[in-house]
Amino acid sequence: MAINRRTFLKAAGLTTLAGVAGHAAMELLAPGALEASGAPKVGEYPEALTAKRWAMLIDTEKFTTAQVYQKCIDACHILHNVPHIPGDQEIKWLWTDSFKHVFPDQQHALVPDRIKNQPFLVLCNHCDNPPCVRVCPTKATFKRDDGIVMMDMHRCIGCRYCMAGCPYGARSFNFWDPRPFIENIDPYYPTRMKGVVEKCTFCEDRLAKGQLPACVEASEGALIFGDLANEDSEVRRVLRERYSLRRKPSLGTTPHVFYLI
Amino acid sequence: MLEKALQGNKAYWGWIASLLVVIGIGFGFYVYQLQQGLGITGMNRDVSWGLYIGQLTYMVGIAASAVMLVLPYYLHNHKAFGKLVIFGEFLAVSAVVVCLLFVVVDLGQPQRLMNVVLHPTPNSVLFWDMVVLNGYLFLNIIIGWAVLHAVKKGVRPASWLKILIYVSIPWAVSIHTVTAFLYAGLPGRYFWHDSLLAASFLSGAFAAGPALLLLILMIVQKVSDLKIPKEAIQTMTKIITYAWAINLFMLLLKIFSAYYSQYPAKMATFDYLFGGVGGEQMMPWMWNFVFLSVVSLVLLVIPSTRNNPITMTIALVMVVFAGWIDKGLSMVIGGFIPNPFKVHTEYWPTIPEFFITVGVYAVGLLILTVLYKVALAVQRESAS
Repeated sequence: MAINRRTFLKAAGLTTLAGVAGHAAMELLAPGALEASGAPKVGEYPEALTAKRWAMLIDTEKFTTAQVYQKCIDACHILHNVPHIPGDQEIKWLWTDSFKHVFPDQQHALVPDRIKNQPFLVLCNHCDNPPCVRVCPTKATFKRDDGIVMMDMHRCIGCRYCMAGCPYGARSFNFWDPRPFIENIDPYYPTRMKGVVEKCTFCEDRLAKGQLPACVEASEGALIFGDLANEDSEVRRVLRERYSLRRKPSLGTTPHVFYLI
Repeated sequence: MLEKALQGNKAYWGWIASLLVVIGIGFGFYVYQLQQGLGITGMNRDVSWGLYIGQLTYMVGIAASAVMLVLPYYLHNHKAFGKLVIFGEFLAVSAVVVCLLFVVVDLGQPQRLMNVVLHPTPNSVLFWDMVVLNGYLFLNIIIGWAVLHAVKKGVRPASWLKILIYVSIPWAVSIHTVTAFLYAGLPGRYFWHDSLLAASFLSGAFAAGPALLLLILMIVQKVSDLKIPKEAIQTMTKIITYAWAINLFMLLLKIFSAYYSQYPAKMATFDYLFGGVGGEQMMPWMWNFVFLSVVSLVLLVIPSTRNNPITMTIALVMVVFAGWIDKGLSMVIGGFIPNPFKVHTEYWPTIPEFFITVGVYAVGLLILTVLYKVALAVQRESAS
């Protein structure tokens, strides 16, 4: 069918009119319905946990058995679909290592036996001045106002500059497609694809729903999580009373994971 | 002018065909890497950059070294470099293409490459590396091509070209500086965290780059009618000698400050590389580096061996190879060993990784061959 200029203009005019009038009619008859059918709007759950500055305390005195550590790690890795890949191309968000590896500058021959033999939990430190965020060329990793250092796995190009930048070894790269390495995929948390970097997110998805991080919940009180900016919070109260260490404070990153000794 | 690359003898086409075969093999392995992920490489959670990023670092230096011809010719009117400058610029073009390809093959999600442009992040050194490398690529393509065009037409190059040439001189310095900043700006990576890393990069590059160029030109001289002026060789070998001496001096400075201070974190990577502490994978390479560096420096410093074609060639090969061990291999790997937990995880490239690397280099050689073919044909025609 041939369309001449006249028919085209008529059709175009009518379509425009229908578009404008249609939109106005919808707004009048069902306010907000058009927007609702478009892109979802992000709103906060009223029960969401919020803070000015999230921080975590690890009470090393309460971690008496290996099972408690394992419960925390399992809670985290199962919930976030963290694959179990054997070898040196592994993925880990939360794991343990010895005192001399976690605090290489504090290590000496006469460290008490409890400290020397005890595993220490390791995770992303959610630094105030995170080098990973500074070096990322796409803002795929960024710091939120509440201090959580986040990853956008859909934007990450997999250059691994953040892994070179992190002085805590907290980041893992998906060298392989992770899905075959996940025992039971939890449909409520997205799995990742090969070629992107990932790490602990302080369970920002759970905080948004009003829940504490999975490891904190599983820790039987050995992990304390709260708002460091709030003077009345539990984290502030405990830090006032107990001596704590942070990893590599001399690097100026200001980590927000504290180890109670 | 490009059509001149389509006329060649059997040896020329044989060379092109073999490069294409090598590129094909490399591409095959790259498709395998795309499908499987970077797990097929030797990289791991601790050594998260390897051969690819090492080659990027080395080849940025090769690209930057074109300035060692451009600067004496355009700023000091060193006439002997007249016919050679174009070959330096075209080496820079192919070297930068190789650099960019090494970035791409190293990415976990290469199809998202444009995110660097879509979400420009000025606080990331990698963003600036992309800017300066692409800028340098275009500068050299435009300058090289326009100069060659003027030669072909038998006219003086346009005056606007002079501005680009002057811009290209500090720009060459910038590409290696920014590449050094990728490493030197990271907290807790003590082997890299060196305020003079860029300077030591540049000194190494200004030795290995002109050495590689001179070796390539000696091959070109064999297969074409190019004549390298004797004076040009003498100037280049002198530049190489001084740059190489400065480079080795800077390495010794680093070793002094690490060991005299007895700073454990600063000694750790040297202990691993040269002493085999925590793994001996790199140790033989490093002592080869020491041997090649010292012998080549001696051969270059003594005037009679520097001017003798045979000993000079040996010295140049040694400089290129030692420079490669230093920057293409140990610099990147060493920075990751030991890891932040003071644990030594070693790295060695796999077979697919090796062939992808060779394939990328073959792309660079193909571009270099075509550009040199055009340049030689134009120079020959204008001379006759």
